[in-house]
Amino acid sequence: MSVRRLSPDQPASFAFSKETMKQAQWWISKYPDGRQQSAVIPILWLVQKQEGWVSEPAIRAVADLLKMATIRVYEVATFYTMFMLEPVGTVALVQVCGTTACQSRGSEALLEVCRKRFGPDSHRSADGKFYWQEVECLGACSNAPMAAINDRYYEDLTVAGFEKLLDDFAAGKTPPPGSEIGRQGSSVLGGNSTLNDPKLYDGSAPKGIKKLPNAAPKGKAKAPVA
Amino acid sequence: MVGILEDKDRIFTNIYGLQDWGLEGAKARGCWNLTREMLGQSHEWVCEQVRESGLRGRGGGGFVTGFKWTLMPQQFSERPHYLVVNADESEPGACKDREIIRNDPHLLIEGCMIASYAIRAHTAYIYIRGEYVAERERLEAAIKQAYAAKLIGKDNLNGWDFDLHVTHGGGAYICGDETALMESLEGKKGQPRLKPPFPAGAGIYGCPTTINNVESIAVVGTILRRGAGWFSSFGRPKNAGTKLMAASGHVNKPSVVEEAMSIPMRQLIEDHFGGVRGGWGKLKAVIPGGVSMPMITREQAETVLMDFDDLPRVQSRLGTATMILFDEDTDLVRVIARVSRFFKHESCGQCTPCREGTGWMWRVMERMVTGEAEMREIDMLLDVASQVEGHTICGLGDAAAWPIQGLFRNFRHEVEDRITSYRAGKPHVQGAALVAAE
Repeated sequence: MSVRRLSPDQPASFAFSKETMKQAQWWISKYPDGRQQSAVIPILWLVQKQEGWVSEPAIRAVADLLKMATIRVYEVATFYTMFMLEPVGTVALVQVCGTTACQSRGSEALLEVCRKRFGPDSHRSADGKFYWQEVECLGACSNAPMAAINDRYYEDLTVAGFEKLLDDFAAGKTPPPGSEIGRQGSSVLGGNSTLNDPKLYDGSAPKGIKKLPNAAPKGKAKAPVA
Repeated sequence: MVGILEDKDRIFTNIYGLQDWGLEGAKARGCWNLTREMLGQSHEWVCEQVRESGLRGRGGGGFVTGFKWTLMPQQFSERPHYLVVNADESEPGACKDREIIRNDPHLLIEGCMIASYAIRAHTAYIYIRGEYVAERERLEAAIKQAYAAKLIGKDNLNGWDFDLHVTHGGGAYICGDETALMESLEGKKGQPRLKPPFPAGAGIYGCPTTINNVESIAVVGTILRRGAGWFSSFGRPKNAGTKLMAASGHVNKPSVVEEAMSIPMRQLIEDHFGGVRGGWGKLKAVIPGGVSMPMITREQAETVLMDFDDLPRVQSRLGTATMILFDEDTDLVRVIARVSRFFKHESCGQCTPCREGTGWMWRVMERMVTGEAEMREIDMLLDVASQVEGHTICGLGDAAAWPIQGLFRNFRHEVEDRITSYRAGKPHVQGAALVAAE
């Protein structure tokens, strides 16, 4: 398991912004009455979006909001690795996938790029603009190797392309996410082997089926509903 | 013809996102057609049809979906029923549910409604992994469309009150386990629960709950529309249907594709994924479905079929049918060392064999990469792996042990060569054997 601690440097206080609070209430409304604790992960995530990371005063504020014991929120914040427990870079949080599928397609070179540019794993760069870490599988294996920068997926990366991405971020730009080689999702450049039949998309699909196959005879159809 | 399945029999017709993902596009492709009629049938009819279709859990478990639904209480009580959809796709190699969520979200929403009806639930949650931010936004947008069109919600056009919510995790692989997912959904650390009680008896909030994979749910609408017999006409008996399959690693065209179950692995790779980089002869090993499945060799991949019952013949499993391929130049020991590191990172820390074992196995594997180990440590490692396997609450202990077992079953000589050559270059001094041991 991964051992995670709160940062020794903590701000004095934390306050929800109006927008964060509005969204937090929306999350709470998704769960049954009295089960507001269910919203703790989404709300910690909102806090992280607001502040860039999850601080100790924020953990206390979330506990108050959800009427939870502070330790329960602390537990969640340290258990789930998506929560950053120390201040991150002001420009970008760079998360490079290093797990098997990406590794087999060259993620080690991307990790090296980060090490050269920003220093050791899970640290801020010297200028404070970037924070990078090697993360476990992000679930875009057919588009390996990939990196998530500020939560957006950049896929099919090459070393040169990745360097350029980071340059762009450093220059204050936000390059569009997606595949570096320009393919849509996991489609194949130069033509897919499947889904080429135009009949699938001419609207004939729903017209072909007018009656439910194997339907139970009428009269028996409706079940007793309590 | 390429592959086995024809385009007209594919369920996910927008898997590459080349068409409109929204409601209009989905309807034109056949989604939300006859949904009201399905919900006009009895709960039992829906379960029975899905069972008859032979659909088995697509998240890797392979449990018969229609049968799972019948395990829910058959009457209403003061405890509401819940459907939870497991979209916590975190297994390295697996990248299929993501394509459904972002490109065919309405198939998933429709499936949620039908499945909820089958298990008498009025509320469903989709638990999506936290990193899928863009996918979550897409799903929320699609659900909004469905509410606006009164397809779901209170007093909707389909005649079954139904609320659908998206919730998300925080980057923990363990939450893909159904009981850990329930803990996480309740706002706790994702540490798996002991079974029994099974989720169908006491799941989220102590209420009867059914948990299914995204793909298992998303195919249900089409199965009912086209008939159980249509679905079960693909694949071998007990391995019916179509399935999303993917390839990554050393293939020419890594992608995701829907194919008939039981397609030969080699045909799948060559027809859809452009073959192995450098040709079939260059293939060294395949991990058939997510890294926790033991790897198989080229000779085995030559003949094996992609289904639940044929992969065990070569001592592996189908898992999620998302393959990772490795060519001749790959250092497989290094690959498995990285896999071990993954499991060490993702162990939740609840059971001692897994918490301590995964870290220990990783450290030994790292030494085996350089060869800085003793021969006898290979058997010691396998011994420890077998002590982790099957001795934990959830399946993560097994998942951590299998890749190591798969490596040594098929490529033990590589590790032995490495240990030998590491020693060969070093002068022998008294006590050297002790230094090598940890």
